[in-house]
Amino acid sequence: MTAPPEISAPAPRSGPPAPVGKPPRRSGRPYGEWLLAAGLLLPNLLLLVLFTYRPLVDNIRLSFTDWNISAPVARYIGVQNYVAWFHDGNSHQVLLNTLIFTVATVGISMALGLALAMLLDQRLRGRNLVRSAIFAPFVISGAAVGLAFQFVFDPNFGMIRDLADRFLGVSVPDFYQQPGWALVMVTTTYIWKNLGYTFVIYLAALQGRRADLDEAAEIDGASAWRRFSKVLLPQLRPTTFFLSITVLLNSVQVFDIINVMTRGGPQGYGTTTLVYQVYRETFVNNKAGYGATIATIMFLILLVITVVQVRVMDRGMNS
Amino acid sequence: MASVYFDGATRRHKGNARPSVDSVTLDIEDGEFLVLVGPSGCGKSTTLRMLAGLEPVDDGTIYIDGHDQRGVRPRDRDVAMVFQSYALYPNMSAEENMAFALRNAGMGKAEAHQRVLEAAKILELEPLLGRKPGQLSGGQRQRVAMGRAIVRQPKVFCMDEPLSNLDAKLRVSTRAQIAALQRRLGVTTVYVTHDQVEAMTMGHRVAVLNAGVLQQVDTPEALYDRPVNTFVAGFIGSPAINLVEAPVRDGQADLLGAPVPLQQRADAERVILGVRPESWTVGAQGVPVRVELVESLGAEAFVYGRPEGDPDGPRLTVRLEKKLRPEVGDVLTIAPVPAEVHVFDAESGQRLA
Repeated sequence: MTAPPEISAPAPRSGPPAPVGKPPRRSGRPYGEWLLAAGLLLPNLLLLVLFTYRPLVDNIRLSFTDWNISAPVARYIGVQNYVAWFHDGNSHQVLLNTLIFTVATVGISMALGLALAMLLDQRLRGRNLVRSAIFAPFVISGAAVGLAFQFVFDPNFGMIRDLADRFLGVSVPDFYQQPGWALVMVTTTYIWKNLGYTFVIYLAALQGRRADLDEAAEIDGASAWRRFSKVLLPQLRPTTFFLSITVLLNSVQVFDIINVMTRGGPQGYGTTTLVYQVYRETFVNNKAGYGATIATIMFLILLVITVVQVRVMDRGMNS
Repeated sequence: MASVYFDGATRRHKGNARPSVDSVTLDIEDGEFLVLVGPSGCGKSTTLRMLAGLEPVDDGTIYIDGHDQRGVRPRDRDVAMVFQSYALYPNMSAEENMAFALRNAGMGKAEAHQRVLEAAKILELEPLLGRKPGQLSGGQRQRVAMGRAIVRQPKVFCMDEPLSNLDAKLRVSTRAQIAALQRRLGVTTVYVTHDQVEAMTMGHRVAVLNAGVLQQVDTPEALYDRPVNTFVAGFIGSPAINLVEAPVRDGQADLLGAPVPLQQRADAERVILGVRPESWTVGAQGVPVRVELVESLGAEAFVYGRPEGDPDGPRLTVRLEKKLRPEVGDVLTIAPVPAEVHVFDAESGQRLA
């Protein structure tokens, strides 16, 4: 074994020591990183501008025209479409339908998704099978689900009627003829199809939560409700925020299930939501300018809701 | 305040051939501060969690104040716990964290506030009560976690390595504070640590665990002076004790050439001798040791070396006073103080004398 070299305390020095050997390699030119960032971002930005922002601007422009989808030209008519929409008696019905449908689907699918996630986060026999079963409808196409649920809700030989008759001895309403019940039908169908989404995201959040907080709450003698409301829910706040925005945006834009099950009816506008009205005005009534107006109104409503949501959640997380 | 009695408490984890905690029997007196110490994975935290009710007891049982805790939920044991992570609720202020258990128990807001204020005064937390855990430093969080435990005035404190996330300086001062607080409150405390300095300085008694098996429960001094086996001897003390296997001839053990008279089992073929770093004398006779490393700590120095001419021999640690400062490469002749040599059975590692 060789003895280590003798090292004595260095003599006081007035500045840094003189360089010895080759200087170290420094990172590349400062704009190199910018170039890389631009190179990575540009393709996406380009696609976003071409297929999202340009159509959005085009849509807003078209909302000020009387464009008939079959006509080659569109005439500028100012805010006439907007005035017409606000004066149209059906608009309120459509707005109300959209509101009920959205609030119900967002609220119920999040509450139910969380409840199921909490249940299936426990060590239960066969939980993986049930987890898959709950998630499966989410990957089926909306049109297929709509078609299947037409049979479920059929007033003459549907499953609901059969179950109500057999076990409760009551008759069921005609889901296809009564507007209120038709809305219940499409809402239920939509929730069934999309429950797997909120369930799986909440389940992932639950599995990533801090076990020590649960244990601390248990030792602190918190009741089940206080453990849920004071310890678990605050931990899930970022997930709840994420879900509230994504589920809301998806719910507002539902088209396939409504188109397959009710075509916006019964009685004209029974289950017509804003998106379905856009489709109906543009492609059924050929009033593309008017359809663009409704799409613009919808865009503005969603923009306001999302901004408010972000602000509220931001404040909640910071406080 | 309460007594705690572990009666053959055993915990088995699925997939592990050996129990994580193996038939631990341990009697903790009312008001005692007992430290559970051992290397990582020895089962000390599991033992504590069993007492708190966070971990089931597979065999045996645990008594608090003479009451069998089988089937008693954590919340009903009247045990407060300080977690290694502190486990403070991030959405609640320091005050809300401390008052949470009181409010759960149905205490009114005003009374809970009063109790929190009293605890905050003891822990110097008063100006921080309105802050959330995210706005507190590590040391402050640790104090809030302590406060959360003491406001409840529980029967037993369970502390799971509460100082391991603090820097060295803060650890030393908080160590003293916790020990003083426990003496002041007189609450029975079980404190888990892997740090033997904490173990030796804080508790009335120390329980040493290894591989789930309780090795020795004794006062810090007794653990140091009379370790029951080579594991305890090697675990307690820093730098570690020198454990050297020595052949026995004519009633004397041969410690690398230095004779050590044996009181018991002079008939054994081999023994293990344990010599603490401070139990050597430097002189003309004994074991010549080639110095490999010198750690100078100011008032004292620790010298590490191997027997001269035996580079594969055991590495020995010697504590020296300030006046002696050998250089690396020097040869130092050392001899054990016979009265301070620990003798262990070479097979079982158990203490012989």
